[in-house]
Amino acid sequence: MTSTLTVSERHVGLLLSILLALMGFAMAAAARHGVMAVHGFMAVGLGMALAFVLGGALYDPEPSADRLRRYYDAPTRFGIVMTLIWAMIGMGVGVWVAALLYWPEGTPLWPATSFGRLRPVHTTGIIFGFGGNALIATSFHVLQRTSRARLAGSISPWIVLIGFNLFCAWAVTGYLMGSTQSKEYAEAEWYADLWLVVVWVTYFILYIRTLARRAEPHIYVANWYYMAFILVVAMLHIVNNLALPVRWTTAESFPIWSGVQDAMVQWWYGHNAVAFFLTAGFLGMLYYFLPVRSGRPIWSYRLSIVSFWGITFFYIWVGSHHLHYTALPYWAQTLGMTFSVMLLVPSWASAGNAIATLNGAWHKVRDDATLRFMFVAAVFYGLSTFEGSFLAIRPVNSLSHYTDWTVGHVHSGTLGWVAMIVFGAIYTLVPQLNGKTEMASPRAVEWHFWLAVAGTLIYVVSMWNAGITQGLMWRAYDANGALSYSFVQSVEAMAPFYLLRTIGGALFLTGAVVCAWNCRATMRGAAGHATDRPLVAQPAE
Amino acid sequence: MLRLHYNLEKISMGLVAAIIVAASIGGLVEIAPLFTIDETVELPDDLRPHTPLELAGREIYIREGCYACHSQMVRSLADELDRYGPYSLAAESAYDHPMLWGSKRTGPDLARLGGKYSDDWHVAHLIDPRSVVPASIMPSYPWLTRPLDTDLLSDSLATLARLGVPYDQGMIAAVEADALAQSRPDSDVVDGFQERYGEQPAIRAFDGNPSRLTEMDAVVAYLQSLGTLTDAPYRILAEGSQ
Repeated sequence: MTSTLTVSERHVGLLLSILLALMGFAMAAAARHGVMAVHGFMAVGLGMALAFVLGGALYDPEPSADRLRRYYDAPTRFGIVMTLIWAMIGMGVGVWVAALLYWPEGTPLWPATSFGRLRPVHTTGIIFGFGGNALIATSFHVLQRTSRARLAGSISPWIVLIGFNLFCAWAVTGYLMGSTQSKEYAEAEWYADLWLVVVWVTYFILYIRTLARRAEPHIYVANWYYMAFILVVAMLHIVNNLALPVRWTTAESFPIWSGVQDAMVQWWYGHNAVAFFLTAGFLGMLYYFLPVRSGRPIWSYRLSIVSFWGITFFYIWVGSHHLHYTALPYWAQTLGMTFSVMLLVPSWASAGNAIATLNGAWHKVRDDATLRFMFVAAVFYGLSTFEGSFLAIRPVNSLSHYTDWTVGHVHSGTLGWVAMIVFGAIYTLVPQLNGKTEMASPRAVEWHFWLAVAGTLIYVVSMWNAGITQGLMWRAYDANGALSYSFVQSVEAMAPFYLLRTIGGALFLTGAVVCAWNCRATMRGAAGHATDRPLVAQPAE
Repeated sequence: MLRLHYNLEKISMGLVAAIIVAASIGGLVEIAPLFTIDETVELPDDLRPHTPLELAGREIYIREGCYACHSQMVRSLADELDRYGPYSLAAESAYDHPMLWGSKRTGPDLARLGGKYSDDWHVAHLIDPRSVVPASIMPSYPWLTRPLDTDLLSDSLATLARLGVPYDQGMIAAVEADALAQSRPDSDVVDGFQERYGEQPAIRAFDGNPSRLTEMDAVVAYLQSLGTLTDAPYRILAEGSQ
């Protein structure tokens, strides 16, 4: 990291690290006890560690001048390492909480290790830790390649990545200590939310400034998606997290929204976190890495325009399908349902465009596990968007809502689509960025592929069965007009499905561990610079 | 159109503006009216906010992530009415910052839980769920027997009052006495508590021990209050069936 910075950049970095440590110290001093104090000390520790690293290398030789004629890949490499670390944390905790539903005693009797506190560690660890780091790391790569320009800044990419990971670390350690807003996928408390806004604004400015340097007149499709991801996530994050702290020196706060309005805002956020965090950004990844790996251009430029604007416009309406038959006004539910069904058109346009791109490269799909990851991702994207539109239809939702079918649907999207495209991108990037032609162990990639596919299928199929069983048991009446089953009977009926899903999750986790090991082996003994096409000469600044 | 887009994708800030416009419309149409249409939430006259002790219990419910497995929203479906009780009204959570409607029922819905089980049952169930429901997969919460920290309660009430929950100055000032009073039925502070919160909230030693104010007191008081903040759902259901 330090060897890619100039001496003056190292000075700025040192200053920022000291500022971070001071901010942490101020937080810890003001809060004095509780979660906020612990988080303050975490910032102090991080700031001091960075200051030591930068300070120790402050007057090392300047990086060579021809670095400006190459892409800046060090942040991407760091982002990939963080992606893999969070994958193991998030998936590991996921398997743990899955096991607890089968074996509730399988955890120490401490507050920090009870199901309710671990569950958001899983969701935040995966969505933000694993997904977020993967998105930021690949966006830096894709942005530079498709613009033929070096990142506009050497320090801001590190602010984005390190700052974002501090947010994730604050969030998950907060949950373990009992600090949560309870809003699903937005559980982090107010100061962490504010911190994320700072990080995100830095990210947006870096993105726009790099685009401004581009040597290609057109902005490539992948960047539209990354931009939609950055912009809309900012909008969602700010509106949903508006809250009044109980005191400025404590983590506790109350959201300004209440009741039915809070429910609508929360699911407007919740579903569009799926749309713009877990879909748009990963479509950006797909639109770049699939053509690159298959050596085929995107099948239809027009279709990519239609699907991009369709997704951007339709998705934002659909959150209310989480609130069918509730106290939300009926018209809002109906709008959510209608747009959810319409959303299938742009979603399948994207999935179809991706699959049609592979025409003429099917032999590569057969032989190359990396490309196969991307193909399976596109297929699962198509399947889970179809399922999503289906589940949003009011009468279907009356059966599926509150059951494990929803959990199965989410995991068909996150395991089958999001994680698969991330692994496809990682297996493309890691050898390329380290001057290698292939991963250290191509056989391990093949193993990972089949572990991931088997894990996903076992997980999703068991959750479909679990959800439909639950839904039918809850609404079953006997001949006398009484409910056939008590609630706890439906819980008992879940045991085999919960065991199967734990096994499916464990297979998927095993694949991720194999991936991390393989990446580590590939990154060790890295030879030279990225092996893809060189950066065109930049005008002098 | 294609020509237009061909040019748009050369201008980064143009794309930024177009994305913001396209992604704002849906939210504006669905969310903004909820704040302006009176029928969204009709507040019944008898609706009360949570007492300090119940509010403390609600914060523990949030802290432990109970909402991940329990919804608090009875949908307007026949089997839900038969299983849980009257369907939930928007008004019932009007004072809830945040709402806890939930999204998953690994355990049953809790919107109508108040009064369904005894305090003793709740205490035993929270300490060891399988001692009362052998097939339960709920976690155990033995640490809830520790003393309740009331340090943040008065600031919590004040913050909620700023957000529009009807807590007055007297309630904010007496918050610690009121939290204590609700768990000590024979104490002399009960009168003041009832003056401020009325006759409806239950006053009991929820954890079975009136001499200690514990997290268990708060959680059980909160669970026993669920669905009892107004009678409106029962009235509306009765009117509807006539």
